[in-house]
Amino acid sequence: MRKLRLPKAHRNRELALLIFACLVNGAALVTVQLGAIGRVDATVLYLCAGLAALVIGLHVCLRFVARDADPILLPVATVLNGLGVAMIYRIDLSRGASGWAAASTRQITWSALAIIAAIALILIMRNHRVLFRYTYIFGLLAFVLLLLPLIPGLGKSVGGARVWISIGDSLNFQPGEIAKIALAIFFAGYLVRTRDTLALVGKKFLGIRLPRLRDLGPIFVVWALSMGIIVFQHDLGTALLYFGMFTIMIYVSTGRLSWVLIGLALFFGGAFFAAQNLSYVHSRFESWLNPFSQENYEKVGGSWQLVQGIFGLAHGGLTGTGLGQGQPTVTALSESDFIITSLGEELGLAGLFAILALFLVIVARGLRIGFSTRDDFGKLLAVGLAFTIALQVFIMVGGVTRVIPLTGLATPFLAAGGSALVANWIIVALLLKLSDGVKPEVEVKTDA
Amino acid sequence: MHKELRRVGVVVVGMFAALFISTTLIQAVQADNLAKDSRNTRILNDSYQIERGPIVLADGTVIAESVPSDDQFRFQRSYPQGSLYSGVTGYFNPVQGATGIEYAMNDYLSGTSNSQFLADLGRIFDGQPQRGSRVELSLDSTVQQAASDALGDLRGAVVAIEPKTGRILAMVTSPGFDPNGMAAHDNSAVTSLYNELIADPQDPLINRAISGNLNPPGSSFKVVVAAAALASGNYTPESEFDNPESLTLPGTNTRVYNFTRGKCGPGDTVTLAEAIRQSCNVPLAELGMALGADALREQAEKFGFNKKLSIPLAVEPSVYPKDGNVPNTAMSAFGQWDVRTSPLQMAMVSAAIANGGELKKPSLVDRVIGPNLEVVKTFDSETLNNAVTPEVATQLTQIMVAGVATGQANNARIDGVDVAGKTGTAENGNNEPYSLWFTGFAPAENPRVAVAVVVENDANLGYHTSGNRISSPIAKKVIEAVLNK
Repeated sequence: MRKLRLPKAHRNRELALLIFACLVNGAALVTVQLGAIGRVDATVLYLCAGLAALVIGLHVCLRFVARDADPILLPVATVLNGLGVAMIYRIDLSRGASGWAAASTRQITWSALAIIAAIALILIMRNHRVLFRYTYIFGLLAFVLLLLPLIPGLGKSVGGARVWISIGDSLNFQPGEIAKIALAIFFAGYLVRTRDTLALVGKKFLGIRLPRLRDLGPIFVVWALSMGIIVFQHDLGTALLYFGMFTIMIYVSTGRLSWVLIGLALFFGGAFFAAQNLSYVHSRFESWLNPFSQENYEKVGGSWQLVQGIFGLAHGGLTGTGLGQGQPTVTALSESDFIITSLGEELGLAGLFAILALFLVIVARGLRIGFSTRDDFGKLLAVGLAFTIALQVFIMVGGVTRVIPLTGLATPFLAAGGSALVANWIIVALLLKLSDGVKPEVEVKTDA
Repeated sequence: MHKELRRVGVVVVGMFAALFISTTLIQAVQADNLAKDSRNTRILNDSYQIERGPIVLADGTVIAESVPSDDQFRFQRSYPQGSLYSGVTGYFNPVQGATGIEYAMNDYLSGTSNSQFLADLGRIFDGQPQRGSRVELSLDSTVQQAASDALGDLRGAVVAIEPKTGRILAMVTSPGFDPNGMAAHDNSAVTSLYNELIADPQDPLINRAISGNLNPPGSSFKVVVAAAALASGNYTPESEFDNPESLTLPGTNTRVYNFTRGKCGPGDTVTLAEAIRQSCNVPLAELGMALGADALREQAEKFGFNKKLSIPLAVEPSVYPKDGNVPNTAMSAFGQWDVRTSPLQMAMVSAAIANGGELKKPSLVDRVIGPNLEVVKTFDSETLNNAVTPEVATQLTQIMVAGVATGQANNARIDGVDVAGKTGTAENGNNEPYSLWFTGFAPAENPRVAVAVVVENDANLGYHTSGNRISSPIAKKVIEAVLNK
């Protein structure tokens, strides 16, 4: 009896939470409109109702093809995506942007595409183990995607970082976001195949077992790749993200702390060298350490933006100004890199804590899926993906609140940007699929 | 693998803990300090989103108010009386911030003062929009208008004080400026107007009553010297002085003459009272040298010289120089050399004498009334000093009444009222226009107003004028405006 009822309970719980998430999103949009323009405009609400229909559609798909999937992930992703849309829409309102010129219209469209991509993945991919079969294909794919922006005529520099490709005028894409997933699959597959060598072979030195030089190869490759990204694409955030993801995955697969130490040493060594020798990295460090000095504040590419973001957060205080009633547009990039300070200004510390808690829930569910998945490839992939989201949140929120130097990355689900949305919804779809692989018998046993 | 996974979980929790801490530090711990950073434009912008309190007079005349605006801000500051109160209100704009009362009372006007904290808490619950408090000034619209009309286009200032309380009834500076232009939301328009005002040789942005380039007081300072003499106990109004046509100051070739270039009256000697009635320089120079620099400075300081004052606008302290040799002290005794005063300071001298020697602290603000109509703050009459004894005050009053009745200040005479007064025609150096003064009070027996007038450019009459000719009639109109109320 239990065996039959459990999946249904999962999906019913998901549906209830999903409806609640959609109500929250609708309320956020209406509050934004009342706060910023003092009236309710139905157009955007219709568009977001469309998104609600799509996530319900995703839910229905899960009922048929992944009945045991985690019931929490989808509602949390939905509410984060909705809050992002509401804030981007709010910024469009104060800038007077509408139609296709408005970032919110594009964000809603990308959200739709991203959810459709997630549905497609759920429907098409019967089992996550097919990914394991194409490990090296995904490695090659990641490599190609990362190099795309460097191709003349295709790549585009935005704010000094060459991480975008542009097809025509309107279609901009950040291939690094998709490459992130391909890399996670590649790492998971590669590490599952080689973990024994990596973990067991090597000389002992000062109590830690040092890996052999030829086993260090992959680490050096990723290190070189990360540093290459810094040098050629001016993209510190992505470099940090890939390196962190790889380090964690190699640690989980081998259980060897020495890998982590070597990895950190290489990364910080490289970063230190970059800070000393690359002017844009150096000025990022200056802005991080001393943002309020007038010199850094006034310098081109200095701390002005960071300081305005911090002022925005401070302006929000504990409870925020209320949606639509702050001044997030004082900060540049308030809809993308600085969406966290925009939300912090209008929702306050209370709102930011809620948002951080939602991210923590996604990451915790991801790690839990990794814990319960029975094949090692699935475990590693789940951990890699979940940690990627955690690290990306840490890099962005930590960047705008001065925990670490500020680097440009998309805050998952919230920031304006289509490629990031598609990537994060695909991650959600992968995690859902992975969690479905955890057979209900296991849970029944543990319950009983 | 599970052990490693658990550790990854710990790392993730650590990362998020760092974010919880960093956001808390910024939004809860440092928020107040960050709000004070001058580069934080959100705070300034905010002050345009709330309804700033009005500045009004006791009779209800509105001299500054916030009206709804349909541009990027919700409210626009407006000054219905134009330039008449520009020296008092100052202006409030997004480019340069605030000046005048707009600046001095900003915490109340913007509703951010500590005394409004509880009201702010209440607002969170009742959902009322934040509003600033209303500031009520002591100025009287009739007196202010009379002073402005009397001063006309002349460059100068007028101050009228209620002697018993220190409440300022009029404060006019000329030329003024239109604060409405300076309160525009168009940054470039404000900047170009500001540059124009700054470049104007007449310095319209300066409030000459309290913060202008200080002027030598000339003969009007003789009141202070007489006070020092009478207070010393060695002199009475009848004390006699030598009466030569001129006096060569010891150790110099400088000769001091009376204003008339003749003797001070027909006799070989002249009394203190008579010397002041006729505003003679020679006997006062003798008196100053006899009293010494220290006695003059101490008396001046009892009237408020050399001291900072906030009314709550910041007042530039008037100066009686610290060190003076004998010839300089002689010159100081008739308000020349390095003595420099503001009209407010000279009004304070008269007000103290009018009030039996007790100097009340001048103030522009009567009350602050919160948005919920509760009184947030009231003006309390404060005594700054006992400048002279009541006896000396009476003697000085009699001397000054004689000066207006039959002496050098006769243009301030008002039928049926005893006006006490003293003029001054101060030299500013060769080929420079005179500073023309009057200071006094009325009615002498029961003073209701103390006045000081300065005209800086000697009414463009160049060496053919005096304080009595230009400034006394202005003071008279201001006094009449008070007495006719």
